[in-house]
Formats: sequence, C-alpha cells, structure tokens
Amino acid sequence: MNEPVSKPTLIRLKKVDFAWHAQANLTIKSGNLCVEEHEHVFIRGASGSGKSTLLNIIGGIVTPQRGQVEIVGHDFCQLQALQRDRVRADHIGFIFQQFNLIPYLSILENVTLPCRFSKLRRDNAIERSGSVIEEAMYLLNRLYTKGQFSFQRTTSELSVGQQQRVAAARALIGQPQLIIADEPTSSLDYDAREAFMDLLFDELKLSGSTLLYVSHDPTHQHLFNRVADMSVINQQAEVAL
Amino acid sequence: MNLRLLAQKSLASRRSTAILTIVSIAVSVILLLGVEKVRVNAKSSFANTISGTDLIVGARSGSIQLLLYSVFRIGSATNNISWKSYQHIAQQKGVKWTIPISLGDSHRGFRVMGTSRDYFSVYQYGEKRTLKFTSGKQFEAVFDAVIGSEVAKTLNYSIGDQVIISHGTGSASFTQHKDKPFVISGILEHTGTPVDRTVHVSLAGIEAMHINWNGAVKKRKTSKVVTESNLQPESITAFLVGLDSKIVSFKMQRYINDYAGEPLLAIFPGIALHELWSLMSVAEKALLIISLFVVVAALTGMLAVSLAGLNERRREVAILRSVGASHWHIMGLLITETVLLTMIGIIIGLIMLYSSIWVAQPLIEKNYGLFIPITAPNVRELGMISVLLAASFLVGLVPAYFAYKNSLADGMSVRS
Repeated sequence: MNEPVSKPTLIRLKKVDFAWHAQANLTIKSGNLCVEEHEHVFIRGASGSGKSTLLNIIGGIVTPQRGQVEIVGHDFCQLQALQRDRVRADHIGFIFQQFNLIPYLSILENVTLPCRFSKLRRDNAIERSGSVIEEAMYLLNRLYTKGQFSFQRTTSELSVGQQQRVAAARALIGQPQLIIADEPTSSLDYDAREAFMDLLFDELKLSGSTLLYVSHDPTHQHLFNRVADMSVINQQAEVAL
Repeated sequence: MNLRLLAQKSLASRRSTAILTIVSIAVSVILLLGVEKVRVNAKSSFANTISGTDLIVGARSGSIQLLLYSVFRIGSATNNISWKSYQHIAQQKGVKWTIPISLGDSHRGFRVMGTSRDYFSVYQYGEKRTLKFTSGKQFEAVFDAVIGSEVAKTLNYSIGDQVIISHGTGSASFTQHKDKPFVISGILEHTGTPVDRTVHVSLAGIEAMHINWNGAVKKRKTSKVVTESNLQPESITAFLVGLDSKIVSFKMQRYINDYAGEPLLAIFPGIALHELWSLMSVAEKALLIISLFVVVAALTGMLAVSLAGLNERRREVAILRSVGASHWHIMGLLITETVLLTMIGIIIGLIMLYSSIWVAQPLIEKNYGLFIPITAPNVRELGMISVLLAASFLVGLVPAYFAYKNSLADGMSVRS
C-alpha cells in the first residue's frame, strides 16, 4: 500500500499483536491497516475475526501489546488512556449494530452527546449551525423522516431503523474526521438498509469524513473505494468465505 | 461534561428504586438529626433547670440525691437540717442570699415546697431568668399558695381556688390536711423546669398545717391555734445559697462540709447536674449508635441498588465510552448518582424533620416538658450531614470501580 504524500493517513496499524488477557491467545496477530483521509474502506470479516477488537484498538479503548497504532496523527502507544479518550471523542464517530442509544436520554440528547465530551466537536457544530441543538436538528431533519416523532422524546418508541439513523446523526455531529460503522445495517430489513446506506453516503459526501465500514455482508461493498478482508488485516483471523 | 445532568436523567429513568433509596436516606437523616436535636435540647434544658445558685446545701448524703430532691423534686431527703444550722450559714460573710426549701407534702401528685418570699425574686433558671407570674402574686398570708404553670393547667386552677395538701408525696395519700386548705394567690409563668410542677407555700404555711400533727399522725386533741409566733420551723429540707463572689464558693463549700454543728453537704449545682447527665450518657450514646446504624443501613441499601443495576447498564457504559467518555467520566457518573440521591434524601429528610418538629413541638412540650426549638442545623448537625455526603461518595466508589472493571472487559461492545 503506497499512500500518496498529499493524503494524510488517518489510521495506521503496523504489526499489531493484541490479546485481551496476558495468558490468552492473540486476538490480533501482526495486524496491518492503513486508511487515508476521505477514503471509504469496507472491512469484510466474519464474527470472531477480531473486528470488534480492531475497533477497540482504533478507538483507543485498548492498546496492543506490540506494534504501532497511529490514529489521526496520534501515536496511541505513547498516549495515556485519558488522551486516547480525548482523540476518540474529538475525531471518531461510531455507529454500532444496534442498541446505540442511551434509553433515558431524548433523541436530541442522544445526538448531542458527543458534544458533551468534545469541545472540538461542539465548536464545529456551533460554527456550522449556530448551536449544538441547531446542528442536531439539522442532521436529524436530513437523516430522519421529518415530524414523525418529537426529538424531545425518548428513544424507546423508535423502530430499529429510526434508532440507527439517530445513531448516524450522533456519529456525524461536530464533523469528526473518522466515522466507524460496525455492521450498522445488520438489524435492518432490506428497504431500511438501502435507505440507511444512501443517507450515510450522502452525509459523508457533505462532511468529507473518512469511513471505516465493518461487515460480514458484502452486499454494499461496491459503494466503497477499497475492500479489505480481516484475514489480510489480521494474521490470526480465519479466512472469511 | 455535565455529569449531573446525565446522572439526573439516569436516576429519573429508574424512578422507583431511586425514590425508595431517597426515602431510606431521608428516614435515616430524620432519625440521626432528630435524636441529636432531642439530645442537645434535653441536655440544655436539663442544664438550665437551675442557674444563679452557687451552692445547694442539704443533709449529708450523695450529691446527686441532693440535687434530685432539691431541684428536680424526685426522691426525698434522708434527713432534715436544723433551722439553727441554716441560720448560722446564712449569716456567714460572703453569703448574699439563701432560700430555704421544705419538702415532704404533695397535692394530687404535685410536690409542695415550702420556701421564703425571696424565692420569687432570687431563684433563677435558664439563662439567668427569674420567675414571673402569669396572674396573681406571691404568697402573703400563711395559707397562700403559688402554683407552677403545669399544676394550673393540669388541675385547671385559677386564683382564689382552694387547695388541700396531702401529707407525704404519693398522689393517693390518705392523710390530708383537710382542716387547713390553702388558697391560690399566684400562678407562675411556664419555665420548662420542675418549678412548673410545684406548689409553693411559705415555710410558715408548712408549719401551720402540721400544727397539731405528730409526725404523720394527726393528733386527736386539736386545740393549738395558728398564730404567727409559733410558725418558726425547727428544720428545713435544704437551702440554696447565692454568694457575693464566685471566688469564695470553694471556701464556702468546704466550710459547710466541715460544719461541726451537724453533718451537711454543699454541692455546686452545675457540677452535680453534669454528674447526673453523665449517668444518662449511656442511653444517649445508644440512641446515637442506633441512628448511625440506620444511616449505615440506608447507605448499604443504596449500594445494593446501585450494584444490582450495574449489569443492566453495561451497554449504557459502552455507549458512553464510544462517544468519548473516559473511565473517569463513567466513575464520576456513578459517584454523582449516589451523591445526588443522598443530597435529595438529606434535603427531604430535613424538610420532614423540621415539619414534624413544628407539628410535634407542643405535644412534646406538654408531655415531656421539653421544648425543641426550630433552629438551623448547628455545627455538629452540619458535620453529620457532611459526613453522610462523604460516606455517599465513598459508597459511590464501589459501583464506580465495578463499572470500571466491566468497561475494561467490554470495551465499546457488550457481548451479551
């Protein structure tokens, strides 16, 4: 992988070895991954291939026993946990498979949650829309069928598809450089899945964020610049079929 | 990051357990501070029973016994002291005033105390307060009586009513001085001391009603006529002494205790009150310990609820971590929740405590003679509240630690 000098690298993993416990087998062995800015990368992997571990490493939740991890220009092996948390808060928006939302917060409070932890994203949101709430409303109105629910209400009445859209709005608020989506459509039916992907890519076009998309389902891989298989990234992973 | 808002919303979503926890904290606060308020006020009302008196003198016995019968009208003297000895000491240099006390009779359960007229001007209680009359005046005639506020209230007496005094101190005495009824000449203002439960008569009155009596037995041949001349008492039960200067009080105490005429005992009322109170300190400590245990139980309950909910909240923690929360945020959230619950519990507890004091104040005063004022929490009570808050912080550390451990294992994704 020869990356052009003009494009900065957002994710660089080199020869990463990781085990959850000192005595456990390596979950990731000699992991390598490079993602450049504005790239949309599809990572294909079956469950058990070390996907979620990989995402925890990129998110700075855990650090590998060996190897190099560089995220948005920060060497994660040199940073304290608190500093890695700050990088995650400032630069990464996550969308997970399901249960993305905090049940006791309203739709709006869920979307604005990252701005509570990151001043950078708060400032970005204010710069773009005047206030964090305005920005959240803007994103929700784009991603979400208008007027269906009051954004002040809790998320318990939302369908899974609607929940995923709220999660996408939360990942996008404050324009983080990197969006990481972990099987975001796997709990959706076909129509909702297509609609979600369309919305996600539309937003990425607008924000210019980089996307790291992880899935075992190759249906949407044609939408991406690049497809990487977990078995290539992780020497420990079983080859996905 | 405003953790309080998150904690507030999170607690609101678990309303029923949160409310129960708040109630248990509130109850423990009511008990802890209620016991403290009763204790402090009981102690101060106790210490305020008598003031301005430098020495109490009686026949030689124990100092607490002397205090009990002379001030609290509890129990009785083993021996009287002679009028001669009393006069001798009253005339010593340095003695400013003396008040004789003569006990042994009662009226429908209330003690009758024979004393001098000086009693109404010199006797002090509380913060150097003297006795005042709500109606009437001090006794003038031999068969005049001045009653305390509680006597008046309980027996519904007013000025001019007749009072028949019983011999002895039981409420159902069979020997009554029916031949010599007393007339109420004055009613004293409420003091919150044993004075309220006392019928005061002159020493002459005490002598007069016992004329023609021999000990506890009524003489058959009743002929002697009551006149001023034969009403000089031969003995009294005790007397209070006021001195010109505090400096001479130890000297005077030694003088009285060494008095050769008869065995006497002089005590400092303050010291004796303190001794008596310390006898009760076991009960006082037991109450405090019980209320402390209730606090511990409330905190333990809160801890149990918090820990029980932790497993259900693993996903919530994972989500918060993914949007950028650090471990400190997660721990802070859990600690904030327990502290918030405790704070609300304390506030509700204080409101309930003060409103119940407000409601129960007249009842407690009527039944126990104890006035509990509505005052802002004192330093000690504020200290208790602070310790409770600090304890809730420590309690919060436990779920915070387990949430941290869970979050280490879960990362951003919960496998469940």
